[in-house]
Amino acid sequence: MIDKFIATAEEALADVPDGATVLIGGFGNAGMPAQLIEALIAQGARGLTVVNNNAGNADAGLAALIGAKRVRKIICSFPRQADSWHFDKAYRAGEIELELVPQGTLAERIRAAGAGVGAFYTPTAYGTRLAEGKETRRIGGIDYVLEYPIHADYALIKADRADRWGNLTYRMTARNFGPIMAAAARVTVAQVRETVGLGELDPEIVVTPGIFVQRVVRIPSLRQAA
Amino acid sequence: MKKLDRKQIAARLARDIPDGAYVNLGIGLPTLVADYLPKDREIILHSENGVLGIGPRPAPGDEDEDLINAGKEPVTLLKGGSFFHHADSFGMIRGRHLDYCVLGAFQVSAQGDLANWHTGAPDAIPAVGGAMDLAVGAKHVLVMMEHLTKDGKSKIVERCTYPLTGARCVGRIYTDLAVLDVQADGLHVVEILGDLPFDELQRLTGVPLKKLATAA
Repeated sequence: MIDKFIATAEEALADVPDGATVLIGGFGNAGMPAQLIEALIAQGARGLTVVNNNAGNADAGLAALIGAKRVRKIICSFPRQADSWHFDKAYRAGEIELELVPQGTLAERIRAAGAGVGAFYTPTAYGTRLAEGKETRRIGGIDYVLEYPIHADYALIKADRADRWGNLTYRMTARNFGPIMAAAARVTVAQVRETVGLGELDPEIVVTPGIFVQRVVRIPSLRQAA
Repeated sequence: MKKLDRKQIAARLARDIPDGAYVNLGIGLPTLVADYLPKDREIILHSENGVLGIGPRPAPGDEDEDLINAGKEPVTLLKGGSFFHHADSFGMIRGRHLDYCVLGAFQVSAQGDLANWHTGAPDAIPAVGGAMDLAVGAKHVLVMMEHLTKDGKSKIVERCTYPLTGARCVGRIYTDLAVLDVQADGLHVVEILGDLPFDELQRLTGVPLKKLATAA
């Protein structure tokens, strides 16, 4: 029998080793798997490479992981924000490496990893500083930059509902990176608002099929105070 | 010298977006355009975090943290709206499905090069987001910005001195002084928006301007 439900976030992340590459879903707070990140902080893994669109906001979630000095390198598109002080401090102190990637290239590199694509050509960033040193090629009169997939050991994502096979649905713009990160990691851990019995999710609305998900933790929805 | 304020630039730009267009409004200043889109046109707003069909801001108390735009501001969804993941969202952008995007800028060159993500300052923490994807992907890239920097220098330049977001990507520039088209032979003044005579606009602008035959 397949049962991907895990009782607690702590159990679901117990085997994350030092130095792991971890995809963390969310765009700002929408889709941010806050309780999984808290459990990762408590678990203690260090030297992590983290992939997220941003580099943490305020003092919770990814910002707290960076503040706890667990992140060696971050791959993201938009680190600098009004409330990214934990990242800013670590960056200025030389304690964290930044790989800055245009947002669409970030998404496609994650997608490529999950889809078994070895590399791809994108027109984005051609002729800019972010393409310096990269292979380029002109195809059909358009200049492209060669980009490689981002494979990961773990993906931590937030979805809305799940069954024990790991099929997932999402809620509104909280979907963002969830589906592509789920496919790109060796172990995908999803925190969900609600778990349901097999057959209760309409197959027509499953967004992430369970084949991409290894562990599911139910975290009842609580609206976090801002 | 009479200049347009930011809301007036947004309103002027909004007039040029046709019925049925799919449009991405960049974070910051361009977001203002949403408030001035003509009500008799059906215009579908895209946001790169994964939504088509963005509606007005929610009433206070009706915000939902799962429904936000690329600026991470709460939004609403129109009837007919849809959600999708990030790779699909940028596929829409890069795949040239969006009709228009509106971006802010530090500098635009006479050839339509855009610089809007980095001032080049060595101690600045860079952030790029979706700007480079929008610059190469949208069918029409519109820039909305003040004509001059705070110290009076032209933001329209012969060659960008700030790091590029995209080369030869801008189609039209809306400033507080004029609307300018980027064409193969340089910049054409489509409309003067303030009260400057053409010669004075030319004097303030860093590159040679051409008068469109139809310009007022």
